[in-house]
Amino acid sequence: MTKIAFPQMGDYYIPATYLLSHIFPNDQIIQAPKITSKTIEIGTKYSPEFVCTPFKYTLGTMLECLEKGAEILIQMGGGCRYGYYAELQEKIIQDLGYNCKVINLVTKGETNIKRINKLLKQINPKYSKIKNIYYSFITIKMVKYMDIIDDYIRENIGFEQIEGSFENLKQAMLTEFNQTKNYRHLYKTYKKYLKKFSKLKTHKPDKRLKIGIIGELYTIMEPFSNYYLEKSLAKHHIEIKRFTNVHYLLFEKAKEYKKYQKYAKEYFHYSLGADASDNIARCKYLCESDYDGIIHIKSSFCTPEIGAMPIINKIANEYNKPVLFFSFDSATSQTGIETRLEAFYDMLEMRKDK
Amino acid sequence: MNTVGIPRSLFYYYYKDLWQDFFSALKISYIISPITNKEIMDRGLKMSNSEMCLSLKNYLGHVDYLKDKCNYILIPRISNFKNDNQTCTNFWAAYDIVKNLFDINILHYNIDLNQKQTLKKGLYKIGKILNKKPRQIKKAYKYAIIQNNKRIKKNHQINLNKLKSKKTKILLVGHPYNLYDELIGKDIIKYLIKNDIELIYSDKFNPKITNHLSKKISKDLYFKYSKDNLGAIVYCQNQINGVIFISSFPCAPDSLACELAMRKLTIPYLNIVIDDNSSFTGLETRLESFLDMLGGKLND
Repeated sequence: MTKIAFPQMGDYYIPATYLLSHIFPNDQIIQAPKITSKTIEIGTKYSPEFVCTPFKYTLGTMLECLEKGAEILIQMGGGCRYGYYAELQEKIIQDLGYNCKVINLVTKGETNIKRINKLLKQINPKYSKIKNIYYSFITIKMVKYMDIIDDYIRENIGFEQIEGSFENLKQAMLTEFNQTKNYRHLYKTYKKYLKKFSKLKTHKPDKRLKIGIIGELYTIMEPFSNYYLEKSLAKHHIEIKRFTNVHYLLFEKAKEYKKYQKYAKEYFHYSLGADASDNIARCKYLCESDYDGIIHIKSSFCTPEIGAMPIINKIANEYNKPVLFFSFDSATSQTGIETRLEAFYDMLEMRKDK
Repeated sequence: MNTVGIPRSLFYYYYKDLWQDFFSALKISYIISPITNKEIMDRGLKMSNSEMCLSLKNYLGHVDYLKDKCNYILIPRISNFKNDNQTCTNFWAAYDIVKNLFDINILHYNIDLNQKQTLKKGLYKIGKILNKKPRQIKKAYKYAIIQNNKRIKKNHQINLNKLKSKKTKILLVGHPYNLYDELIGKDIIKYLIKNDIELIYSDKFNPKITNHLSKKISKDLYFKYSKDNLGAIVYCQNQINGVIFISSFPCAPDSLACELAMRKLTIPYLNIVIDDNSSFTGLETRLESFLDMLGGKLND
């Protein structure tokens, strides 16, 4: 019996655990503890000096999993230097004296099913391809449904009448998703909760603020790393629009890119790497539609997003839309973020009243 | 009469001779921005975003200097040399950043071998924009490539010969746009040469050999220029006394690749990271003690 673990990101640990526990029924899946300030502290301690922050977060969770007894760690990523994390992280972990293996499912920005099969066979020789395909299908659907519901929540959570109703219902949904038996069961659960969500009482005023969040993918999807930005916006009764989610990254990105390039061709001609060019197009979209403001978030030293920032600034200037830049680091203070957010929020209110 | 401006930073250090040969063969006048000085660096700092890497800030400074002195500015975009040979994302973005920050005419071409965008196609396109006939362009391109290959071979030979020297030998690991830039790496090189050290440059090895060798340090590495550097370390590990890593703050590929190399090195090394307010006095102390340490080791 091997103990498998993986660095987590947002709520996506549920579909990932589901997938792994079904394709490796005889092995133990270790669930990474929730990210806390201690995680980032450990991660920063052993990371190189000016690496981007997701490296520190993932290294921190990996080390915490190892404390729990993990033997195999799974890492994936690509696009920028994310794809190169795994090798250095393995070396750092081995230098610290742990005996473990890091499996990188995506290398050199590319992956194929053959390679993944080969790698997974190393974990357990009894691994079956057909099982993997079947459960991957269910997992992908689960991710898709989660993303759809998350989008709905983001639009409405700021206007809930009973405090915590959305959050509680989401937790109930996730626990039920975790016990999925087959695809039909999953689909039924999804439909049931979609109904329940739409029945939740909200009070949406006509003159509400709408904010679009764009930025670097890890920071946007892991709520701890952006200091629960979405939650604090919801407290101010703001409707939130976010584009990036796992389903987008896995299936829609390649298709959407061409559309984006056509749409924002006066601002970029070539791909800027990772999500940067997508964000430029989204910024233009937000400026043209009725959103009141844009928040751009990224981890510090994220090179592609740094390249996109001057361009986003230019677009916002041309359309006369306010944009707020956040760069999150391990040393960022919560109070500083709150102050800036509040000022931004006040400014938007004043503009709206004019 | 069209004048082409070439900023003396980033891409310049990879293609300088090739471009110059190409343009002079086509009889196109060109100007190169001066060696980096304080004024250019300050211009760059003003134009750029605070988190950009020092080399990119420097590049923007050079572009800013050239903007009203020529008709076109040459800014290529280099994306990859086949799949696992990517470049840093700043090389992908430089063209779009400059286009949005400045209001100038830009001559650009794209090197993206995955989509069959080659250097040849790029230079042909540039020749066409500057109203030259295909026959002239072909001739100029051939001439430039031949001259360039000769020069590269010569450089490789010089570098290899240095390995046989009996002086203390140090391998400088870094990107050429950092190593040879007046404000970034030149001071370090000058100091080391003054102290009678034989310097070997990591970018002046044959990439066909070094890229393959780099697998000994890192299997998954997919950054072309980091591969050159790590391969050079493996190639001459047993013939040198020490390694000095020079990178600009915060260089993305270096932060991971060099860290891995440092963890696997068995000979003494020094890691120097240069940002926009580092002074040479501080560096001098560190270099001095590093040389002392190497000397001590030699005498034993």
